[in-house]
Amino acid sequence: MSVLVFVESAEGKIKKTSLEAVAYGAKMSDEVVVVAFGNVASDELESTGKYGANKVLHISDDSYNDGVIQAYATAIAQAMDQSGADALVMANSSLGTPVAARVAIKKGAGLVTNVSDLPDTSNGFEVKKSIYTGKAFATVKVDKAIKVLAIKKNAVELVEGSGSAAVEAFSPNAQDGDFATKITATKKAEGDVLLPEAEIVVSGGRGLKGPENWGMIEDLAKTLGAATGCSKPVSDMDWRPHHEHVGQTGVKVAPNLYIAVGISGAIQHLAGVNSSKNIVVINKDPEAPFFKAADYGIVGDAFEVLPKLTEAIKALK
Amino acid sequence: MKILVCITHVPDTTSRISFTDNDTKFDTNGVQFIIGPYDDYALARAVELKEANGATLTVLNVGLADAEPTIRKALAIGADDAIRVNAEPSDSLFVANQIAHYAKEGGYDLILMGRESIDFNGGVVHGMVGEILGLPSISPVMTLELDGNTAQLSREIEGGKEQIEVDLPFVAGCQEPIAEWKIPNMRGIMTARTKPLNVVEPVGDETGATLVNFEMPPAKGAVKMIDADNVGELVDLLKNEAKVL
Ligand SMILES: Cc1cc2nc3c(=O)[nH]c(=O)nc-3n(C[C@H](O)[C@H](O)[C@H](O)COP(=O)(O)OP(=O)(O)OC[C@H]3O[C@@H](n4cnc5c(N)ncnc54)[C@H](O)[C@@H]3O)c2cc1C
Repeated sequence: MSVLVFVESAEGKIKKTSLEAVAYGAKMSDEVVVVAFGNVASDELESTGKYGANKVLHISDDSYNDGVIQAYATAIAQAMDQSGADALVMANSSLGTPVAARVAIKKGAGLVTNVSDLPDTSNGFEVKKSIYTGKAFATVKVDKAIKVLAIKKNAVELVEGSGSAAVEAFSPNAQDGDFATKITATKKAEGDVLLPEAEIVVSGGRGLKGPENWGMIEDLAKTLGAATGCSKPVSDMDWRPHHEHVGQTGVKVAPNLYIAVGISGAIQHLAGVNSSKNIVVINKDPEAPFFKAADYGIVGDAFEVLPKLTEAIKALK
Repeated sequence: MKILVCITHVPDTTSRISFTDNDTKFDTNGVQFIIGPYDDYALARAVELKEANGATLTVLNVGLADAEPTIRKALAIGADDAIRVNAEPSDSLFVANQIAHYAKEGGYDLILMGRESIDFNGGVVHGMVGEILGLPSISPVMTLELDGNTAQLSREIEGGKEQIEVDLPFVAGCQEPIAEWKIPNMRGIMTARTKPLNVVEPVGDETGATLVNFEMPPAKGAVKMIDADNVGELVDLLKNEAKVL
């Protein structure tokens, strides 16, 4: 098997979830080629070798700086031809997943998204995926010769090795309609830590009473180097921007630590956090359902507990 | 203008998930089914576009007869007619092939659906349909405005959003805040009973992957409660037990 890995970058840095995709590819095969788009420096591209890539196909043409779904799908399918790949791996993301769909059709491939574990090839090609928004798993069998997998965060452990990948320029042949969608502007959210990738998330709910009280959440997040999140009513009421909304209909997070403050723990909220490794719940109601899903809990008033917690962590650092 | 909205028929978001038949079947016992929440956003926006611009609005579901109450609900919310492709929606490639076939036959200007279903969470049917039909596909779409033949969309990206301009026809996978969910009113429910719901047969049987079995996640350990006056203990546990600080 020969694997092509589509990696995404932000501000010239390859995303951690994409490095996980490289590491995943390296567990499937010794032949791992990466395809990368846009303005990424050679040494950054070479560093994918540390996770098992042999070679990088770099598409540096400016028209590919933005993630245009159709154009990326065409380019990636051509990169698969170029490298002779019979499998494509990428991170499950707002770009990766829609692109994977189109590549799968182009290549007549079997596609599995939300993959949570390495494939089992002892009896054909079987792979496990998360379903029902993290509430269960399904193992599926892919019979098609070509496989496309979009993997979830933490599907594989990221261990840094010592290799270096050879970087080659690659120029795809754009097809008719590839740039039919025009990206006219890109707005980046405020804050340093991106929620979907964060290792620690501090999230606030309706219990915080109003947007003016988010300073406490931000202080704790800053102290921890964490991203901030919220429950759906909080973003519905415009206390916080929509992209911070965690849950069934929002962002699904998978951090090492999720701290929920003044969130009741409705099943739809839990659906977005059930892949977290550790959950801390701070709620004044001892009956709040979130405590049943938590590892650590404090029954108390957020307005008293949060500042104390932030101080205690500051003291530690 | 002709709008097609594809809807899933999925367990309510509060459903207890469990499996039967040696973990190969979803246990529908006591489970209530709904229009997929993301599809419901797509439908709500389509109804608004229809009201603003004049359009015919068709809903399509790939599903068995038990999905008909869900389809009727979409008709009550404001769709004019419905197509049910009579087959189990067990695989995203299979579903995409069905949608593409009937979408092509209907010649729609706009094909909307949710960004993903909430049962299998594939998130790929919109892209597959777009690729099969040679149309642009955009997902996850947060806003959609029409100006004649051109649409302005915003698409969510990790930690931000993109503004996108695209001409009709295209396929979009929708999410909030594209519109607010609509609750059918009495008149809608009455008229939905007589709106056409056409049952058609599936085309082909190609699938991308087949189910081997389902599995539940390992049970969660008990929560450790810490006194509110002793946050130092929490910090200590996070540092030395969970090892996350
Ligand atoms: C189809 C569907 C999809 C949904 N998707 C999502 C989703 O993706 N994400 C999501 O979050 N929700 C979602 N919801 C909504 C969900 O059902 C809940 O309504 C929502 O999560 C509740 O938000 P909350 O916990 O902030 O508010 P509440 O339920 O009002 O809880 C507030 C909590 O704060 C506590 N509190 C109050 N004051 C204090 C204080 N001073 N200190 C400490 N604690 C305090 C209270 O005890 C309470 O537990 C969805 C609903 C539906 C029907």
